[in-house]
Amino acid sequence: MSSVTELDVPRSALTPALHRVVARRQETSDVVTLWLESLGGERLAFRSGQFNMLSAFGVGEIAISISGSPNDLGPLRHTVRDVGAVSRALCLSEVGAVVGVRGPFGTDWGVSGPSTSGDTVIVAGGIGLAPLRGAVEELAAARHSGAGRVFVLVGAREPDQLVFLDDMAKWEKKGVVVLSTVDRPAPGWDGRVGLVTTLLANAGFDPSHCRVLICGPEIMMRFTARALIDLGVDAASIWVSLERNMQCGLGWCGHCQLGSLLLCRDGPVVGYPEASALMNERER
Amino acid sequence: MKSIDELVSEHPFVAGLSDEHRALVAGCARIVSLDAGSMLCVEGEDADTFYLVYRGHVSIEVHQAGRGPIVIETVGAGNAVGWSWLVPPYRWTFDARATDPVGAFAIDGACLRAKSQRDASLGYALLSLVSQELLERLQATRVRLLDLYGGPRV
Repeated sequence: MSSVTELDVPRSALTPALHRVVARRQETSDVVTLWLESLGGERLAFRSGQFNMLSAFGVGEIAISISGSPNDLGPLRHTVRDVGAVSRALCLSEVGAVVGVRGPFGTDWGVSGPSTSGDTVIVAGGIGLAPLRGAVEELAAARHSGAGRVFVLVGAREPDQLVFLDDMAKWEKKGVVVLSTVDRPAPGWDGRVGLVTTLLANAGFDPSHCRVLICGPEIMMRFTARALIDLGVDAASIWVSLERNMQCGLGWCGHCQLGSLLLCRDGPVVGYPEASALMNERER
Repeated sequence: MKSIDELVSEHPFVAGLSDEHRALVAGCARIVSLDAGSMLCVEGEDADTFYLVYRGHVSIEVHQAGRGPIVIETVGAGNAVGWSWLVPPYRWTFDARATDPVGAFAIDGACLRAKSQRDASLGYALLSLVSQELLERLQATRVRLLDLYGGPRV
């Protein structure tokens, strides 16, 4: 997919732009979606799969994928999971709070270009659907113009940790095939139980003519990619989203280095042939 | 109209078998249709059959007093249900329930064991298939045990 060059770096890439939280939705017990509007009035242009550095002032700054679609005309949308001090502060931000935004940074899913006739398969684990949500929105919208079929396969630990259920219903109405599965069913759950890889074989996509975008925990992405290749999907048609300790967002500081890649610049979206060796690299 | 031999031969689970071995498996098969809620296997009962599902979904469950059935896994078209027919004491260790209308080939385990005794190449081919399926299920179970989705990813 496309890479970001220095020419693409925003002028104020190191200075957070102030944004106000204009809406907030609790997605699950520990996941919140925030809608952010620039105090300066400018609208951030981005591509699906890219991330921003979000600041909770006085606490810190972290990389958060953009969960909105580039086609959205409204506020910037981020979905945050409470896993640490900064993400907790962001999750607790109420409407009216001000946060900092730097970006967008990194590579994208490559779905914004000309539509393709082949199938596109989106595989997400847990909150991994957030970085893919914009891509699904774009692909679902492109269905009207004769683009290929779209499959969204989602795995979560428990039913109440499935995010974007309302979006899934909308995507299905647009002809997107949406399948979900959970590891641990709750009372009343009549859906599938099992790893997300169990959805692949019978989803209905054409393994010989598809591209696959995967986001989730790395082990889940490894297992999913291997299962796809076993089904006949070309490894070069598989893309994953990798994440390390993103800090500068510009490939300058080196904190997010993984092998020869600086993931804030050369990622997060990386082709599987390149990513597979890095994902199997053991840290010393 | 296709014969049961042809239908069984088209099931993905037996795709790796030779034509001759597929015919031997089909010779032990019958077609079953199960309503939603029907039990395919019941824990503790004799395991004399396994199922090649071609339509619908089956939940693998264990019953716990006070909690009712706990679903461990859901399998669907293209999958096999039940391994206990293969090894003594041939007794189901879990329940299997149709979660929606299910179409399956019910394979007589005793019939297949007898054929495998007579034809070691069939036994080896079947064990290879079952081992592969079991390996995939075991790996998936191990990954689920890691509770990956709960990990620190934003």
